This record gives sequence, C-alpha cells and structure tokens, in this order.
Amino acid sequence: MRVPLPWLREYCDPPLDVRAIEERLTMTGTKVEAIHHHGVASTDGFVVGRVLTAEQHPDADRLKVCAVDLGEAEPAQIVCGAPNVAAGQTVAVARPGAVMPDGTKLKQAKLRGVASEGMILSESELEIGSGGEGIMILDAELAPGTPLGDVLPIAMDVIELEITPNRPDCLGVYGVARELHAATGAPLAPAPWADDPGSAGPLAGAEVVVECPELCPRFTARVLEDVTIAPSPPWLKARLTAAGQRPINNVVDITNYAMLLSGQPLHAFDLDRVAGARLTVRRAGEGEQVQTLDGQTRTLDSEMVVIEDSEGPTSIAGVMGGARSEVQPDTKRVLLEVASWKGPNIHRTSWALGLRSEASGRFEKGLQPEQCLHAQAIATRLMEELCGASVAAGTIDIGPEPPAPAVIGLREARVRAILGVDVSAERQTEILAALDFSSIRTPEGLEVSVPPLRREDVTREVDLIEEVARIDGLERLPATLPARRGAAGKLTHAQRLRRAAEDALVGRGLHEIVGWSFTEPALLDRLRLPSDHAMRQVVVVENPLSDGQSIMRPTLLGSLLDAARQNVTRNGPDVAIFESGTVYRRKDGPLADEHHALGALLTGALAPRSWRGEPVQADFFAAKALLGALLERFHLDWSVRPGSWPFLHPGRSAEVLVNSRGADAVRVGFLGELHPLVADSWGLERTAAFAVDLGKLAAAAEPVVSFAPFGSFPALRQDLAVTLPVSVPAAEVIDRVRAKAGKSLERVEIFDVYSGAQVGEGRRSLALALSFRTLERTLTDEDIAPVREKIVAALAEIGGELRG
Amino acid sequence: MIDRITELRGEAEAAIAAGSSSDALEELRVRYLGRKAELPQMLRGLATLPPEQRGAVGKAANAARQALDAQIHARAAELAGSELDQRLQEDRVDVTLPGAPAQPLGRLHVLTATRRELEDIFLGLGFTVMEGPEVETVHYNFDALNHSSTHPARARTDTFYVSEESVLRTHTSPMQVRAMEAHPPPLYVVIPGRVYRPDSDATHTPQFHQIEGLAVDEDITLADLKGTLLEFARAVFGGERDVRLRPHFFPFTEPSVEVDVSCFHCAGKGFLADGARCYLCKGEGWLEVLGAGEVDPNVYSYVPTTEANAPGYDPEKVQGFAWGLGVERIAMLKHGIPDLRLYYENDLRFLEQFR
Ligand SMILES: [Zn+2]
Repeated sequence: MRVPLPWLREYCDPPLDVRAIEERLTMTGTKVEAIHHHGVASTDGFVVGRVLTAEQHPDADRLKVCAVDLGEAEPAQIVCGAPNVAAGQTVAVARPGAVMPDGTKLKQAKLRGVASEGMILSESELEIGSGGEGIMILDAELAPGTPLGDVLPIAMDVIELEITPNRPDCLGVYGVARELHAATGAPLAPAPWADDPGSAGPLAGAEVVVECPELCPRFTARVLEDVTIAPSPPWLKARLTAAGQRPINNVVDITNYAMLLSGQPLHAFDLDRVAGARLTVRRAGEGEQVQTLDGQTRTLDSEMVVIEDSEGPTSIAGVMGGARSEVQPDTKRVLLEVASWKGPNIHRTSWALGLRSEASGRFEKGLQPEQCLHAQAIATRLMEELCGASVAAGTIDIGPEPPAPAVIGLREARVRAILGVDVSAERQTEILAALDFSSIRTPEGLEVSVPPLRREDVTREVDLIEEVARIDGLERLPATLPARRGAAGKLTHAQRLRRAAEDALVGRGLHEIVGWSFTEPALLDRLRLPSDHAMRQVVVVENPLSDGQSIMRPTLLGSLLDAARQNVTRNGPDVAIFESGTVYRRKDGPLADEHHALGALLTGALAPRSWRGEPVQADFFAAKALLGALLERFHLDWSVRPGSWPFLHPGRSAEVLVNSRGADAVRVGFLGELHPLVADSWGLERTAAFAVDLGKLAAAAEPVVSFAPFGSFPALRQDLAVTLPVSVPAAEVIDRVRAKAGKSLERVEIFDVYSGAQVGEGRRSLALALSFRTLERTLTDEDIAPVREKIVAALAEIGGELRG
Repeated sequence: MIDRITELRGEAEAAIAAGSSSDALEELRVRYLGRKAELPQMLRGLATLPPEQRGAVGKAANAARQALDAQIHARAAELAGSELDQRLQEDRVDVTLPGAPAQPLGRLHVLTATRRELEDIFLGLGFTVMEGPEVETVHYNFDALNHSSTHPARARTDTFYVSEESVLRTHTSPMQVRAMEAHPPPLYVVIPGRVYRPDSDATHTPQFHQIEGLAVDEDITLADLKGTLLEFARAVFGGERDVRLRPHFFPFTEPSVEVDVSCFHCAGKGFLADGARCYLCKGEGWLEVLGAGEVDPNVYSYVPTTEANAPGYDPEKVQGFAWGLGVERIAMLKHGIPDLRLYYENDLRFLEQFR
C-alpha cells in the first residue's frame, strides 16, 4: 500500500525524517518496502504566475506567446502550447533551471524563433493528476511569484508498505498513523470520522433490502443532494495520484479518498439512475449473467452476491460496480453505499470470476462492520465541502449490532515466559492503549478489551503478547540458547549413508545435479514404457504451471537425461552426473509412494583426455564399476543379474540385488546402457546409467560394521586361467570357486577376459587371481593343491578347461 | 725389496687417485692387486727370501696391498656416487606437464553442499534431522498449521494440488505436527526438503528447498530463537554477524517474526568503502533470511497424544519456536548467485564452480 507521507503526518507527525519513520514502522511490523518520491525533486524554480497577455505566435498556429507576471519588475515571455491558456489566468510556472519530475532540466528556449523563459504547467507535468491536455488554472487569489511548493503539493515522499494479511485495519492511512503513534509515541490526531455531519435514523427517498444477511453483515447508505460534479481540487488529486489512484471527478475521488483513509471501500450511485430508487442485495442465480463496468459479461453462481435495482443487477457486490447507475457529469443526487461483505465469500467470487479490484482485495482480507460508518462520515463531510452537496437526514443501516469487544486476560509472567524479556505491566498498558486496546489491572496482570477493528486478529493471550512484543521487546531481546534438554544432534544411519553415497560418486568424478520433481507425461513415452508399466502409476498435478510440469517424476532418468543433453549441447560430449532425490508413484490414499533414489548417468569419456593414454569411455561396465564402488563402501552383499527395462539396451541391462545370497534378496534398482532409441531421443551417443533406492540400501546395510581379524601370516596368491562356454556367466564361475575353495579363500578376481581363435568357437578364457590366507599359519602351494583340484573339477562340470 | 714395494705403492696410489671411472679402477685393481701383479707375487714369493728379510718384506707388502685395496674401494664408492648423480641429472622430466592420467573431479551441487552445511550447524546445536513426504495432505500442510479454511495460500493459484485432499507441500512446516506426533517433548529437529509453489520468474522457481526448525520444551522463548539463529548466522556468514527480529505474520507462529542478518558484504553499514550503496542489501545493512516465531498454541492442539509422544503437547505446559529458511536464498547470498533458475539448469559450467 502506498501512503503519501504528508497525509500520514496529518494524523501522526513524529519529529523524524522519512528514513527514521521507515525504520520505526518496519521494526514494529509494518514493513516499508520502498520509499518513492512523488512529484518534483526540488521545488526550486517553480512559482505562481499570472498571464497578462496571450498572443498568437507569429509562425505557429498552436502556440501562444504569453507575458507572465512572476512577481518581478518585468513580466517573463513564455511560449505556451496549451489550448486553454488565456490572459488573466493564475498559473503554475517552471522557470529555467527547474527540474521536472522526469528529471529534465528546463532551459531558456526558442520556440519557432520566439524566446521562452519557462513553461506554464499542466497537472500531469507536475504529477498532481492526469487531467486533460490543458494547463492547470490556480486560485486567482494567489500572488504572482509565490513559491509553488507553498501552495500546491508538488513534491512528497510516498512510503510503500507491506500490510500482512492479519492487519486489514492498516489498509487505511489512519490505521497506519495509529501504528506510527504506537511506534514513536508521537500524538495521534482524532479519527477523521470522529466528526460526522450525517445522522442516523430513517432515510427518505431510497430503499435497500438485504436478502442474504449471511453474506452481507452490514449495509449502509446515505443520500447527498445538490451535488455538483467537477474536478477535485489539486490537493485531493495530488494525494490520490501519489497513492496510485487516478483522479476522475470530485464524487468518485471522494469515495477513493475515504477508502484510502479508512480502509473501507465505498460506492457512489447516481440515485436518479437507480431504477425504482431501491436496491436489493441478493444471491445471484446459477448462470445469471451480469455486465460489469469493464464492459464484460460475467456468468455468476448462487454463492455470489449481486446488487440490483428494479431493472436488474447493477453490480457484483464487493467486487465491481455496473455502468448503468454510475455517477455522470450531470449527476445531482448521490446514493453513497458503504457495505461490509464476508471476506472468504468475496475471495471466492473474485477468484472464480478472475476479477480482482481494489475493493475485492480489501473485502477479502476481512473488514469490520464498524468501518462502514467511518467511511460514510469521511465521505459525507468531503461531499459537503467539495461538491456543494447537502446530506439528507438519516442513514440506511441494515445489519445486526456488531459484537461487543472481547476481553482477554494477559498474565504479566506469561509475557516474560514467551519472550524471554521483561515488559512491565505499566508499559504493556501504555502500548496497548496506543494501539486502541483498553486495559484494567488485575492481580495477575491485565484484563484487555480488544478494539473492533482488531477482533479477528487478537483473540488470545498470546496475540496480546505479540502486540506488546512488536512495539517494545523484540528490539531488546537478548540472544540466549534453549536449555536443550535431551538434545543430541545426530544424523540417522540412512542420512549418513546417503551422504556417503553422494560423496563416493563425487570422489569418482561425477557432478551432482538437482533436477525438477515435475516432468512431462511424454517422458513416459520417450522412455518407451508400455501402457501397463508400473512406472506409469504417476502422481498427477491437477493445476500444473504447464503440461511439461504436470506429473511427478517416477524416475531420476528424465532429469539426468535432460541435464546430459543440455551439457552435451553446450559443453561437449563427456558428461558424468548423478542426482540424489525423491521419486514418486501413485498409491492408494492421500499420500504418494515416495523414495529417495540415487541415479547416475555417464556418456562419453569418464575422465579428461590425457597425454598418457586414452580415458575409459562410458559403457555398461564403467557404470557397474561405479555402482560397485558405491555398494562395496556400505559393505553390502550385492550382485546383478540380467534384467529388462524398456528404456535399457536389452543385452546390456541388469537388475541390482542386495542380500543376494540370502532368501531375502531385495531388488534395489537397475543398471545398464540406455536403449539406443532412448539415448537418441535426447541426442546422446552410448550412455550408461544406474539408479538405486537409497532407502532399501540403508535398510540392507548393517548400521555398525564389526571388526574382522586378519592375522599376521602372508597371503598365498595363485592365478587360474580357464576356458568356458561363453554362456556361463562370470558370476557362476566366481560362485563355484568360492563354494569349493572354502574359508581360506580371501579374494577372487577376474583380471582377464579373452575370446578368440585360440580358445575356440563359443568359448572364452577367464583369468582368475586367487588369494588364500588363514589366521593360523603361512600357506604353501601344497596346502592349496587339493583346493585347486576341487575348483578345477567344479569348473569342469560347467565346461571349464584349465588353460596351459 | 722394501724400496720396490714403496715405489709400487706410490705409483699405484697415484694411479688410483687419478682413476676416473669404475672400469679404469677395475683395470688398476688387476694391474696392482691381480693374480699376476707384482705385489701379490712378492707375497707369494716370501718363502724364497732369506728368513731375516721375510718379516719386514711381508709386513710392508701386506700393508701396501691393504692400503691399495681400501683406496680402490673408497675411490670406487666416490665414483659410483657421482655417476648416479650424473644419471639422475639426465633422468629429468618436465614437471610442468599435467598429472596423468587425468583424474576426473566431481562436486556436490551447491544446494546439497549448502543444505549439508546448514544441517551440520544445527546438528552441532543439538538438533536432529528429519524428513517427510512431499506429497502431503491438506490437513498437515494447512489445517494443522492453523490456516483458516479461506486462507489465500490454499488457493489453486498458490498451491499445487494432486487431489481434493492432498497437495505438493508448500513448505516444510507440515513436518512440525508430524514430528510432534512421532516424538514426545522435548523435541529439537530440523527438516530439510523440497517444497513447491506455482511461481516462476527470476526470483521464484516452482520448486525450492527449505529447512524447517522446531524446538519444543517447557520454556523455550523468543530470545532462545534469536540466540539459535544468531549462532546459525555467524556460522554461515561469519563471526561478526548480528541478527534482528522484525514482527511479521504467519498463521502457525505467534509472535511471528522475520529475521534479518547484518549484511556481510558491507558489514551492516549499507555502503561500501568507496561510499557506493551496497548492492547486496540495497543499502539497508540487513539481509532478510527467514521467517520464524513461537509455535502458535493452536498448532499444539492438532497434535493428538498417543503412546508415541506421551505425555503429548499441552500448550500450557510446552512452548517452543519454529523457523523456515530457504536453502536457495542462503546459497544465493553466500555465493552471489544472481538468478534462481541457474540452480536447476545443471550446466556444468555452474556446477564446477563450487566446492
Ligand atoms: Zn550490504
């Protein structure tokens, strides 16, 4: 909300500059978002002038050459292009050297060969209003030469405030003034509605019926007669313009002014255009159509409220008026409507219609019924002063008596207990009084009665504590630490494991990415998922920002592929990345099936090129080695076996198992090269990837690793080269070796794989490095010979032959 | 004979001293001490000498042989040393060539690195780390956090819905009630996680990351919140930092505050050494980092007492504070990252810049 500072100072004027006021408001909860300067930066060079003569310019039809008295011995010659300039007018003049609001500095000039010593100003040039093309005509009483800044508000600071949703009372200048009063101790002027020229009681000449009181807690109306529609005076225009409202005419401007001052929207009807002089407030019919002021036809429902006269609806209550009964230049009688509407209902209506207005924005925050007469009082007085109107006796006032003020106990001890700093009961009383709360002392503290405008926000003791704290307490708060009883900060097993997994990949040269949780439904097709695939059980966002973000990702592959493509395009063919994040599947009930996954993707070289040897290229085994490094680190018993996923190369894909030797083997993820069609869809060459469920890994990993003794005797190492049919998986060879070798086998590794003419068609050679060790003694070749024989025999069963 | 021995010794000593290579020394050894050399032959021929000469000649010849032998060894060692030096001198490499094979360098994403840094700070302050669902019920995301049924945050323009009763959580705060349901007081937890709101521009992304904090015990005050966040601010932004609490409004805290940290770029002055306005804090001297407050008593009323959290959360018996901070914002301030969208583009040129 924009508050012109002179307007605020009219009600509370602390001896502080604008920066100090900003600081006080911000530190007490009314945050100043910005300070704008409205109008001219300096009033120097702006004076009142009187046009003595206005002659036609010899060489330009549209220009006049004026002699203007500026209070000096000789009049100044000023060329003016305004159509309305005429001798005898009192005008606003900028002299050479003056700086205009847009920053341009005025110079002596020649217009079509005639010298001009300044400029006669319009309202818009001074940012007072936007009225017309012509120059501004001032009060004829003003003496030429008078500094313009003394008689017109041509320069003012405007503070822009963030009003939190719990403070609709601060949507008016007077509400902000009260805050400033509480924050600074400077006196607060009486409320602008304190002096009401209107009267209560029955009103003749107009009638109002409220058919839906549940949505309209209060409806008030007054009649003003003998209204003369005219432009508003400059001071009013200047304030409205500075506050961000466009001046229209005196009646409309007054309703806006009263709204900005009190917070409460008003609406002025031309009473003679209200058919039947009777307004009915009712729920709209389902599908009922209304034409609003902006010329659009709106379709309503029965939760929306319309105001109609005998010819039908004229406005959508609380949101927007209609054109038919608007104030016109010939309006003589004004019906001033000020009503209270249910905030949530207005919120719903305005969102449903996509129709937001200054009024709806205020009503939806929840205004109080008392505010109706505040706005009526301000507007009535100004209509009498500025429109020559006289208020008819009586006020239509429909609605129940507003609730009595709530009374809340405030324990002195509780203030300290919540804040951690003392605020004396005397100071509490003082703060609350400044905020319009009245208090009575009790043995425990205070009994506080809540002012009407705060009844929604302040309902409990803790709310009063906040009121006290924000004015006095927060800024004096010491910095202490909690007692921290029983607080021992520690990561869980799963959290530590996740960090270790991420670190393992970072340590091997992968960069972590952070992808979008959202993805596009087309991803599922691009991953070649058949229609019945489990990964199609996705969580769908009902109101996505775009179709491309309309489902929650069921896999990390999409974001990994997107990031890979992006980087291949921008930064070259080598990409090694991983992501650690949540994936989602639909399940019964309100929640989703979510787990934290870790996925990696490799394409191109795994390391930078080097002058000593070519780096390894991404493929199935490169990815498997990375996955292995990760899983071994957790002491997990893991293995892979051929598996098939629609998005993976059918010959180069595997499922990853943990606890694979036990009956409780758990599938934790996939490993493989991407199907060439999938890789191609992202513009990638050979690409390998894996993804595992970190939750399942954490569950499978022992939280504590126990020490295993390793003795003091050296290991006995032996190599074994064996040829086998290629159909025998390496894992089966290893399993057989382990099974036969018994406990003394410490390690077995495959260090060479060879196939070619030498080993025969359909066969390959595997070279195994075996390492034996016992805790008891040094092993010899003779010790191992029987074991070796058993191994060879076991391999022979699956077609193995010992090589040379 | 004695004279001849002295002569031989002198001649050999001079030759050894002048020997310039291992090969030359070997040649000298053969010449003076080899089987056929004069000195050894003299020793072998001792028996043929008259007995009165044997002692003196034998002694002299032996001494000469031992001396020459020792001299040859010493000279050989000397030569070997300098020859090694010579060889090593020739075995030079260009130390400015890059190490090889090149080691790939990986890095955590700056959001993960920042989240971990913040987690570690709060771990050190005694908080444990909890996580929770991202698809969350309306109950935990709004109702249990004291949002009125018409609160604007519930609108479909402000929240992603996946069904009538569930949303993509708009903050990590729903975990406050879940954490209290699962654990009795006292409770000290931080909850990092991904959250969602339908905004997309340079200062908003539809997903972002928060770290919720919640401390509930018998007597936790707003001053304790300030102290905890002061520790946090100093750990993240430097030991000279200060914090201030400004009143604000959140439905689930009362009193509610926004927390500012004194600007680390201009030391809280608002302007730099050259008098220019500080771009980081826009001359304010303070940087807004998070929202916080004392847990609203209404929130406790949404926590049923069960076996898991007995004796439960009675608002007359427990009180505490909560905060929610944005990880992106902290990383942005700390590293000078100008645009939120950079986090999610995952360009390696961005990812490679951080530790
Ligand atoms: Zn700064």
